Amino acid sequence: MLYPERWLDVALLRLRSLLRRSSVERDLDRELQFHLDQETEENVRLGLSPSAARSAALHRMGGVAQVQEECRDARRTHYIENFLRDLQYAGRALVKSPVFAFAAIATLTLGIGANTAIFQLLDAVRLRSLPVAEPHRLAQIDIPNLNFGILEYPDNLSYTLFQQIRDHQQAFSGVFAWNSGYSTLRIGRGAETRRVSALEVTGEFFSTLGIPPAAGRLLRPEDDVRGCPAPGVVLSYSFWQAEFGGNRSAIGSRLTVQDHPLEIVGVTPVGFSGPEVGPHFDLALPLCSISVLSNGDMTAFERRDYSWLNVMGRLKPGWTLTQASDHLRAISPGIIQATAPPGYSQNYLEHYLQSHLEAVAAATGVSRLREEYDRSLWLLLGLTGLVLLIACANVSNLMLARAGAREREFAVRLALGAGRGRLIRQTLTEGLLLATISATLGLALAACLSRAVLHFLEAGSNRLALDLTMDWRVLGITASVTVVICALLSLAPALRAVRGEPAEAMKLGARGLTAHRDGFRFQRLLVVVQVSISFMLAASAFLFVSSFRGLVTLDPGFRTQGILATTFELGKQEHDETVVRQLLEQVRATPQVESAAATTHFLIRSGMWSLILHTDAARRDSRFMWISPGFFATLGVPMLAGRDFSPNDGRTSPKVAIVNEIFAHIFFPGVNPIGKTFRTVKEPDYPEAEYEVVGLVKNTRYLALQAPEPPMAYIPGTQFPAGVTGNRIFVRSSTPLAAVETAIRRRIAAWRPATGMEFEGFQETIAQTLTRERLLAALSGFFGILAALLASVGLYGVLAYQTIRRRSEIGIRLALGATRGEIIQMVLKQAAVLVSFGLAIGVLGALAIGQSVASLLFGVSARDPLRLGAAAIALAAAAAIGCIVPARHAARLDPMNALRDE
Amino acid sequence: MSKPSDLLQGTLDLLILRTLALKPMHGWAIAARIQQTSQEVFQVTQGALYPALHRLEQQGWLRAEWRKTETGRDAKFYTLTRSGRAQLEKELAQWERLSSAVGLVIRMAED
Repeated sequence: MLYPERWLDVALLRLRSLLRRSSVERDLDRELQFHLDQETEENVRLGLSPSAARSAALHRMGGVAQVQEECRDARRTHYIENFLRDLQYAGRALVKSPVFAFAAIATLTLGIGANTAIFQLLDAVRLRSLPVAEPHRLAQIDIPNLNFGILEYPDNLSYTLFQQIRDHQQAFSGVFAWNSGYSTLRIGRGAETRRVSALEVTGEFFSTLGIPPAAGRLLRPEDDVRGCPAPGVVLSYSFWQAEFGGNRSAIGSRLTVQDHPLEIVGVTPVGFSGPEVGPHFDLALPLCSISVLSNGDMTAFERRDYSWLNVMGRLKPGWTLTQASDHLRAISPGIIQATAPPGYSQNYLEHYLQSHLEAVAAATGVSRLREEYDRSLWLLLGLTGLVLLIACANVSNLMLARAGAREREFAVRLALGAGRGRLIRQTLTEGLLLATISATLGLALAACLSRAVLHFLEAGSNRLALDLTMDWRVLGITASVTVVICALLSLAPALRAVRGEPAEAMKLGARGLTAHRDGFRFQRLLVVVQVSISFMLAASAFLFVSSFRGLVTLDPGFRTQGILATTFELGKQEHDETVVRQLLEQVRATPQVESAAATTHFLIRSGMWSLILHTDAARRDSRFMWISPGFFATLGVPMLAGRDFSPNDGRTSPKVAIVNEIFAHIFFPGVNPIGKTFRTVKEPDYPEAEYEVVGLVKNTRYLALQAPEPPMAYIPGTQFPAGVTGNRIFVRSSTPLAAVETAIRRRIAAWRPATGMEFEGFQETIAQTLTRERLLAALSGFFGILAALLASVGLYGVLAYQTIRRRSEIGIRLALGATRGEIIQMVLKQAAVLVSFGLAIGVLGALAIGQSVASLLFGVSARDPLRLGAAAIALAAAAAIGCIVPARHAARLDPMNALRDE
Repeated sequence: MSKPSDLLQGTLDLLILRTLALKPMHGWAIAARIQQTSQEVFQVTQGALYPALHRLEQQGWLRAEWRKTETGRDAKFYTLTRSGRAQLEKELAQWERLSSAVGLVIRMAED
């Protein structure tokens, strides 16, 4: 039978015993006193004299203290009481040795904080599931290894493919798609105009993901129909809060998007930042709105070679991912056949026809960020793990050193009758206290650190929507690891004390001539481990910092300083040849502009374009750019031979090209390329054509600073086969770029008021592409310094302790005539052995794991002897600093004093 | 004179619970009552009584409160709770079983 009130009674009693200890004690006294009085009265009644009655009663009772103690034990709270007392004791002990407390807590805090922060980021980018219903039932549908046509991202599909999949598949209860990477739209009118991030989705998007609206309604299939008669807008929760103060009256009002007033129909729930991890969206629109907002342009929907959609589906009940993937593979031939884009050469088409669809798990969403930062975050997590490891080694060293000093205290306490279990519990409590304080501080540090890193990644305008709420699991794991390690470490000295005979330990503490060796063995091992791990951290710091420096100081082959990358939006006139020519003239006529040139691509920053071409010597792809005359002069790319384009190279004149050295080397090996010709292979909009090489320029980087220079062909913009180009312009100026921007804005606004304009400093844009490298360099540099610091503190701790333990030995040596120099030498020699061992192991470790970081390094080998050597020297120097203090301390010992202490 | 330590382990608990089943009492009265009803066979000392009382209270079988005695003094009275009553039933049954088993063994030995 159960008696709920019984448990309540018990709980109240325990609480009372804990919290109102003195009142409980008073009650006990009163109760026993009452008994004594009763007993005395009884004895008097039986005929004893009052004093005899009282002493008889006392005699019967036995030891009062014993009764009281037994009653206390009955309360079953003495464990907690003892714990609280231990805690107090531990607190006092820490306060009494502030240097130890500070070193231990700081070390552990850094370890826990850094680990939690990095893991948090990794978790946000990599591991966390989408905030939707049953995320594990989601699958992404793509074509593996498709490198064909115009791809926004490698896993994208064309709209026709999406339609075919949606109409033919049977494995998914719903299939939806969205505009990959989101798009940027203009909202508001006139001076209020600004840009927001938009997620364009098919009608089944929200219902298939299973997302409820926070207000109003979300988009439905009937919103996304051909022609898009009335596209509604859904706001993201944060946009709703920021722009409308979370007001429900926003629903039903109109928002001007690209000059079209659209109705706001609803708000997505809080915490939903889209199916992609990283980028954030402000608005969600039906996919069909793309044609409305671009004034009826259906290109994106009709072009079969234009892959711009991410496609996902929700598995039907009972279907597994493998079954779905098999099903997709089975229906692939028909779908692929039906979606083959026209206008390609046979070779190209066959590559497409051989491909097939597959389904991959998508519970954690899709993420470019993941592809970009995955490896570096794992690496950083590894590095922080190493930091935590040395932090623990350091703390344990400190604890062991301290415990060694307390060996005698333990011995005395044992001798005085302290329980062994109690002694162990007490040391454990001390470790626990340290770990708890460090974990709390680590939590605060982690919050700051992960935000700082996110800020780092966001560099510039690139806002990221990463959910960085404190993950208690992460903190729990790191903290418990630390607690366990701390506890085990603090246990060692207590066990050592408990194991031995108290008398023996007391004797040792009092007059140990030489320190006993077995205690040191473990400490020495710790130092070796610490030095070796610190070396690896220092080495990675040197490698990543020099890799980053290499990239920053790299000559990309073109100038970046004083260059503005400008994009103009001319509206419907964008494809008018006269208008784009006038645009360039207007920009060039701005007084601050020294030179300007139009281009189809901004180097490094925006996409790439390749065509296959052939000459007698080779048949392969080359990068292509369509540019205006003056391009090379503007970017400072040296012309090696031939001529620049001129205004005479028009649409109808013979097709000409300027190529770079690598191009010349591949397609015209060993001959002067000027005057030679090459033919391109046809693609949609790019019919087969023959070009004559009229100029040769130096190589430049193209898509990434890290990638080697590719073969490149430059063609006059007037000869661009797929329409008119010319709204992207590189501007060079030696006046501050902000002033240049204002001047151009003013001039263009006077010329054509409706023109949209975007300006980017080329140098900053390129620096942004190095975010990952900068992050790695900064953090690994930080960890490297930390490691060196910890190593030096660790050595200091061990040596300082060792010299204290060897006081009498050193005293005797000095008394027998050893010079102070010899004593210093003796101490340093010992340290040197440990450090060299550590370094040797560290070098082996660095060589072993070098391969795994090689892909993150630029221009430096992971086994670069120069950097590894520098790391070794730096670490040895740090170690020497840690050694010198205790060594000098030992040498300054007064032999008389040291021996008198015995 | 039988010392409390001679009592079978747990028997004191049973005696206390049984005594309190009559009415709420303070510690001294419980001891006196047990002594009296056992015709002075059991002499319960404080050293055994109070730890036992506190233990039973901590188990939730007894509830304690301060009340006035007949002579007007403050004393800690113990009351049997509902779960204490159930515990008494259980221990009584166990005791019956135990003592009859002991009786059986003893009688057999006499044969």
